Amino acid sequence: MIDITTRYMDLELRSPLVVSANPLSQKVANIVAMEDAGAGAVVLFSLFEEQIRQEAAMVDEVYRATTNAFAEASDFFPSLEDYAVGPGQYLEIIRQAKEQTSIPIIASLNGVTPEGWIEYAKDIEQAGADALEINVYFIPADIRLRPDEVEQRYVDIVTMVRETISIPIAVKLNPYFSAIGNTALRLQEAGADALVLFNRFYQPDFDIEELKAVPNLDLSEPSEIRLPLLWIAVLYGRIPVSLAATTGVHGAREMIKYLLAGADVAMVASAILKNGIPWIGAILDDLETYMDAMNFISVGAFKGSMSQRHISDPTAYERSNYIQIVDSKAWR
Amino acid sequence: MATNEQSVITIDGNEAAAYVAYRVNEVCAIYPITPSSAMAELADEWSAKGVKNIWGNSPEVIEMQSEGGAAGAVHGALQTGSLTTTFTASQGLMLMLPNMYKIAGELTPAVFHVAARALSAQALSIFGDHQDVMAARTTGFALLAASSVQEAHDFALIAQAATLRSRIPFIHFFDGFRTSHEVNKISLIPESVIREMIDDRLVLDHRERALNPDNPFIRGTAQNPDVYFQGRETVNPFYDSVPGIVAQEMREFAELTGREYAPVRYFGAKDADRVIVLMGSGAETAIETAEFLAESGGKTGVVQVSLYRPFPANDLLATIPAGVKRIAVLDRTKEPGATGEPLYQDVLVTYTEAFTEGRVGEIPKIVGGRYGLSSKEFTPAMVKTIFDNLELESPKNHFTIGIIDDVGGTSLEIDNAFGLDESGWTQALFYGLGADGTVGANKNSIKIIGENTDLFAQGYFVYDSKKSGAKTVSHLRFGKKPVRAPYLISSADFVACHQFNFVEKEEMLAQAKPGAVFLLNSPYGPDEVWDNLPQRVQKQVLAKGLKLFVIDAVEVARETGMAGRINTIMQTCFFALSGVLPRDEAIAAIKKAIEKTYSKKGRLVIDKNFNAVDRSLENLHEVSVPSAANAADGAFRGMPDSAPEFVRTVTQMMIEGRGDEIPVGAMPVDGTFPSGTSKYEKRNVSDRAAVWEPDLCIQCGNCGFVCPHSVIRSKFYHRENLEGAPAGFKSAPVNARGFPETKYSLEVYAEDCTACNLCYDVCPVTDRSGGGRAINVLKKPEDLDPLRDRISFFESLPNIARTEVNYSTVHGVQFLEPYFEFSGACAGCGETPYVKVLTQLFGDRLLVANATGCSSIYGGNLPTTPWTKDAAGRGPAWSNSLFEDNAEFGLGMRLTVDKQLSMARSLLERLRKEVGEALADEILTAPQELESEIGEQRVRVALLKDRLIGLDVPEAKHLFSLADQFVHRCVWLVGGDGWAYDIGSAGLDHALASGKNVNVLVLDTEVYSNTGGQMSKATPTAASAKFAAAGKRVGKKDLALQAISYGNVYVAQIAMGANPQQTLLAMREAEAYEGPSLVLAYSHCIAHGIDMEKGLLQQKLAVDSGYWPLIRYNPVLRKKGLNPFVLDSTKPAIPLRKYAYNELRYKVLTQTNPTEAETLMQLAQEIVDLRWKTYEEMAGFGAAAFRPVI
Repeated sequence: MIDITTRYMDLELRSPLVVSANPLSQKVANIVAMEDAGAGAVVLFSLFEEQIRQEAAMVDEVYRATTNAFAEASDFFPSLEDYAVGPGQYLEIIRQAKEQTSIPIIASLNGVTPEGWIEYAKDIEQAGADALEINVYFIPADIRLRPDEVEQRYVDIVTMVRETISIPIAVKLNPYFSAIGNTALRLQEAGADALVLFNRFYQPDFDIEELKAVPNLDLSEPSEIRLPLLWIAVLYGRIPVSLAATTGVHGAREMIKYLLAGADVAMVASAILKNGIPWIGAILDDLETYMDAMNFISVGAFKGSMSQRHISDPTAYERSNYIQIVDSKAWR
Repeated sequence: MATNEQSVITIDGNEAAAYVAYRVNEVCAIYPITPSSAMAELADEWSAKGVKNIWGNSPEVIEMQSEGGAAGAVHGALQTGSLTTTFTASQGLMLMLPNMYKIAGELTPAVFHVAARALSAQALSIFGDHQDVMAARTTGFALLAASSVQEAHDFALIAQAATLRSRIPFIHFFDGFRTSHEVNKISLIPESVIREMIDDRLVLDHRERALNPDNPFIRGTAQNPDVYFQGRETVNPFYDSVPGIVAQEMREFAELTGREYAPVRYFGAKDADRVIVLMGSGAETAIETAEFLAESGGKTGVVQVSLYRPFPANDLLATIPAGVKRIAVLDRTKEPGATGEPLYQDVLVTYTEAFTEGRVGEIPKIVGGRYGLSSKEFTPAMVKTIFDNLELESPKNHFTIGIIDDVGGTSLEIDNAFGLDESGWTQALFYGLGADGTVGANKNSIKIIGENTDLFAQGYFVYDSKKSGAKTVSHLRFGKKPVRAPYLISSADFVACHQFNFVEKEEMLAQAKPGAVFLLNSPYGPDEVWDNLPQRVQKQVLAKGLKLFVIDAVEVARETGMAGRINTIMQTCFFALSGVLPRDEAIAAIKKAIEKTYSKKGRLVIDKNFNAVDRSLENLHEVSVPSAANAADGAFRGMPDSAPEFVRTVTQMMIEGRGDEIPVGAMPVDGTFPSGTSKYEKRNVSDRAAVWEPDLCIQCGNCGFVCPHSVIRSKFYHRENLEGAPAGFKSAPVNARGFPETKYSLEVYAEDCTACNLCYDVCPVTDRSGGGRAINVLKKPEDLDPLRDRISFFESLPNIARTEVNYSTVHGVQFLEPYFEFSGACAGCGETPYVKVLTQLFGDRLLVANATGCSSIYGGNLPTTPWTKDAAGRGPAWSNSLFEDNAEFGLGMRLTVDKQLSMARSLLERLRKEVGEALADEILTAPQELESEIGEQRVRVALLKDRLIGLDVPEAKHLFSLADQFVHRCVWLVGGDGWAYDIGSAGLDHALASGKNVNVLVLDTEVYSNTGGQMSKATPTAASAKFAAAGKRVGKKDLALQAISYGNVYVAQIAMGANPQQTLLAMREAEAYEGPSLVLAYSHCIAHGIDMEKGLLQQKLAVDSGYWPLIRYNPVLRKKGLNPFVLDSTKPAIPLRKYAYNELRYKVLTQTNPTEAETLMQLAQEIVDLRWKTYEEMAGFGAAAFRPVI
């Protein structure tokens, strides 16, 4: 009997496939389907503080501009006063998902202000989430901002949230730190229980006729796994945190690579957006087939076996990657 | 004595009445109309929330298509045994009259709750008087008049109890706005009292009398001369019993609540020799005044009539003290041509009959007077004046009070020095904008004080009639004695100005009491503000010894993350300064209210508001007022000399807020006003305005095309015309080839601009270096004179002849003068751009019938109106008849045009030799499709008229008066969806089916925008609206397809934001078509809950999603054997939700009921898909698939 269970932070997961934040989790029925298909856990779509604020501002503006402003109409909407702008719906999804599934439900929060991080993290914990994924999503476009300030920002957020809640915290990182290893270490010291490598930024495209920036998000490709793969391999076993790999998992092949590098879980979003929720089952079937063929009786049996720690000459591992690439046929 | 524990509540009259009406009825059939709409809305809201009536069920509330419809539904529900009510006012009550005769004739218990309002006569008025209920006094309904918020609450119950006992239906009425909208602290009738007052045996009797197939009978027969008369007389005993029944119910009510009423009550000196008889809110003022005068020995009294029909003659005689020698009877209505107004006549008849029958020995001297029409103020000084009149040897009869009647000499001269002792109250005035939340904050303050202390509280709110930049004045009174003062504050302890620019243009301190507090929201701190006040204000502060406080509320709002929201900040300052409550207690109460208000918005929002409260106190400063004024004597900028005298005198007074001083003789006798007066009222509602960048501009005309307020104008001209241009006047080479000497200028009427940003939004050009566009909305300079000089110069440039303009393009249309400008519509209005384009295309020969609604208010509400004329004196002739009859009204206009043209043609045939055969032939056969042809015809008509002057025959005079009809006239019927889809639907259908050449422009906002967003049959599936709070489940009516089914109607569906060119084409085709046309125009609206700056984008998304397909159905094509149905928009490119969920009207349901929202959104998507499929198929049909046209 092949054992595909894994441990992510302090959560026992039935499989190493975790659904990462994506719009499908806006419906509880989809979360149930993800569980049915074998997902080990589900990270909900992100709760964006900025979005809540913008919506609140819009509702407030509409309310203010249309209420008690005209002799003939003291207002224009039947229940705008009761319009609940805030995390209410999000929290309701957590509650319902917890009621209707037995897998861990991990909330994802993108805050803007300290109050936002603290307030919403508390709400999320109270709603019953098993863990919280911190999605900082910060592009340091201000050129006066120093790298250490950027790093400190992440550390401060983790510290703040850690002091607020007691459920496990995962931090979704972007790959653009000058010293990812050290940043990872500092985040762990600040209270992170897991690191999720890596966040994909929405990179706007340009419309050259309209001369406008166009928001754009392409689904990930399997080829994108290499950067996370490298860093998971580097970090595995060297910092006492769980590691989650995200980006590019379209099939068991990518998942296996991540596990070999040392990931506790591999996260999937693009593949199920493209192929549907049942694709989760297909990936896990292939994983089991692979493990069977390779004689791995459990995930633990091969997790991290290709990590930097398990390579005889780690320094060479670091260099060889570069040498191998520049020396590859692809360049000829 | 009261045996029931009663809680106090601070509510307005509408809620007070609706609270009871809801609890004692099972069915409510309604239709929105100001000022009664809130009663129906509350009933609907309670029903939706499952609030129960006293029998434990939630009444069924239905919005009908008109008040006529509502009355019909009420009648039907009553006849089948339901306890049924309705809420209405004014024209609504007029539409109910036929059913009311039926309901009364059949002795059916019911209560109609009416917020009494003026009737449309020489003009519409939304304000309060008794014209409507007086017009219903012949229906057989009993009339019960409440004079206060408390009475509106109590009488709602007494009326219900009395109708059940008497079987006579009741109108329970109270004064529109003055009572319906006054917030006051009242004792709430406990549910147990309501229960005790309603006798279930009578309810069962009512049900027993209902139509029932298990016990069938017929009711509603037709009767012949032999028996109808007798049948009509059968009801007399029932009517005779009503005063007694009402008195009995009032006694029972007093037993239960301690509040004593009677059909007729007397107040004042026991030995009074002079009394005033009246009803409604004016009674409170009269009573307070009479008692005040009596305290100092005046023999004055007031008889308050509560039950008006059946008239309680005996009660009246019994109530009036024996020593009364003089009586003034006041009517809040006008009955032109009558021997007197109704109540006056009733009192006269009562005395005359009693005298004739020997029941009284002599008749006091009785005079009648009119007061308070259209919410005209009725003050203690006026009451005193009326008592003074009664003291005269020959008191003036048929007098008026509150106006200056220099024509009929009816008015009494008011002793304005008189006032009551108001020392027991704190009186506060607040000047704010409709959009700055001032009124909301004040309503909140009243609740805080009213419901947390033993103080009594009253609030009344005055709005101006503009929809953009509207000013509000809040009148608040607090005190230990009940506030019975239904008139505005004239002596304030506290005056707050929430907008600093008001100090320049508003008179705020005339009502300030000496030593009062003046709180100013000012960008200037305590040390600078004095130097920035106008001399007039400085002098008032000094003369009255006012205590001046300032706060930069805008800055505090910005600092605390509440940008733009100053209401909480100013409210905090009010509590801190007014002393109504101890400061700490007040602040704690505000915070409690904030927690309650924002409980669903999360802790963050609450904390932000708390912070704003705390920061307000820190930033509130008293100003050390210098001993002398130091500002220059700034001259008030009045009307320009170019304005007509009427505008410079009469209109100017209205603008200055002195309309009450305008004498009767200065008013037009028949409601006729000059066109184009809005251009003289420079309202400067925004401190920002559009600014043109000539170097970037490609002169496309998009900005002017969409501008809702017609502030963007373009001209091209020879460069020589630039000579003498003022500094800063902008021009650019015209961007057409071959005209090197021609210049182009675009001018913005910045003082009329509302900074809505639509122009920026549609500008296709972006400055690649700076990111701006060819038109940007920027802060206006402080000194506007240079800007005014530039506009004057622009106006002096030659206008482009209408014959030189390419009407077929947006680019061309920018050069056409708009005949609709600077309206009071909302900033970013989605309707007015269509109206403006209509006038640009056809304005100088346009007749407009405008249905009541937003478009009639921004189009025709005084003081100034936007429909204007050109230098030749031509322009749209505009009129509003009613809401329900606009199609018929417009059709009537067409009938005149056709008839008069026919008469003119006939006369010209007869006079062809006298005027010249060649000219006659030319006129009779002239084509008039092109603007150049219209111009040529105008020349011929002018020549004809010249020749006719010399002919001394009657036919020549008639032809002269009809000759203008030879120039083709355009008749357009304009209105909103409430008119076209609902109340005017049958008339519209008939007008379209008439085959006559009428053009209909429906400004479709998909709700009743003017009355506050109630559902119409244009409201789309999945959107929520009032009366569809749970989301509209039924699809929007496809008016386009209905009209297409006739075959001979030109039909177009347009959306300017999606395709302005198609808009233009459709309007021109509609006009060109020699038959009926219907143009449905998507009009974004504040009632959609959108960022109005993105209104045009929403239009585009509506089209992109397939929700609003752009179509044209042209019967002319069918005649040519072509497919008349053209689909102008492309296949839906986005799902409906991508468009819909940008709007709160859709989104609100995703919050309140996500599952239902999803279900309805899917249904709505299916409807969109199906409609698109239908249209797509129609676009592919051959001509034979459509009805043939002759």
